[in-house]
Amino acid sequence: MADERRLDGNAIGGLMLELFGVEMTTATGVCRTCGAADLVARLEVYMDAPGTIVRCAHCRAVLMRIVRAPERTWLDFSGLRSIELPR
Amino acid sequence: MPVISRGFRGRRGEGPSDRIPPGQHRVDDFPVLSAGPTPHTPLEQWTFTIESGAEPVTWTWDEFRALPREEVTVDIHCVTKWSKLDTVWEGVSLDTLLGHVEHDASYLVAFCDGGYTTNLPLEHVTDGKAWVAYGYDGEPLEPEHGGPARLLVPHLYFWKSAKWIRGFRLQDEDEPGFWESNGYHLLGDPWQEQRYWGD
Ligand SMILES: [Zn+2]
Repeated sequence: MADERRLDGNAIGGLMLELFGVEMTTATGVCRTCGAADLVARLEVYMDAPGTIVRCAHCRAVLMRIVRAPERTWLDFSGLRSIELPR
Repeated sequence: MPVISRGFRGRRGEGPSDRIPPGQHRVDDFPVLSAGPTPHTPLEQWTFTIESGAEPVTWTWDEFRALPREEVTVDIHCVTKWSKLDTVWEGVSLDTLLGHVEHDASYLVAFCDGGYTTNLPLEHVTDGKAWVAYGYDGEPLEPEHGGPARLLVPHLYFWKSAKWIRGFRLQDEDEPGFWESNGYHLLGDPWQEQRYWGD
């Protein structure tokens, strides 16, 4: 079933650290579609598709799309209105 | 009885090694890839719509199932590097569907339950190259594999074979879909290894 494929935002912690050098799971993302603010760790993550998809836990909108090729990575965070990082 | 067709296989030789595109390996199971939760649209609410410049054409589930159907046996190739040979599908060819629409478009964008989209040139989905499939291996297509109906474009990477399809828009211009707008190739020919932008 699909929901057994669903991970939480901790699943992208290592990837974000690798790409940006930032611990992102404790950041707060705001959904551009419904306005919900949630810790990245609480977002819904699907990783078995051709890329990694992060969805809003409230309205299921796509917040982040991450595609990794051997020598390139594409990031679309346009589903997020903001990301707040703790210092 | 459905029309039996071997379907369009792209470049295909006799032995299995000639049927596995570069960079792919053969699998015997059928991996499930999902970018989101599996939709479960009740069949009585399901419709299939072709949008073009003119009035949209819409079929209900029962009307769609009454369209001429074909059974095809094809090889499929996922961009995550697995290929599966001799998969058997049942559905309606895009030639049949497009025969109901007056248009002079060159591209389509398929749209789906769950919000997924993918773009295709019409020349790659006509003349027996693409279907909207509702049967797999003699059974109704399971939701996790895209049921009640998915697009089937076997000669391109399988992300083009959009799960949970509900229709398509005919367009003059190519418009990148869900994956094509963030790194994946606009066309996705596995024999050319067109995986990513610039491949
Ligand atoms: Zn939301």
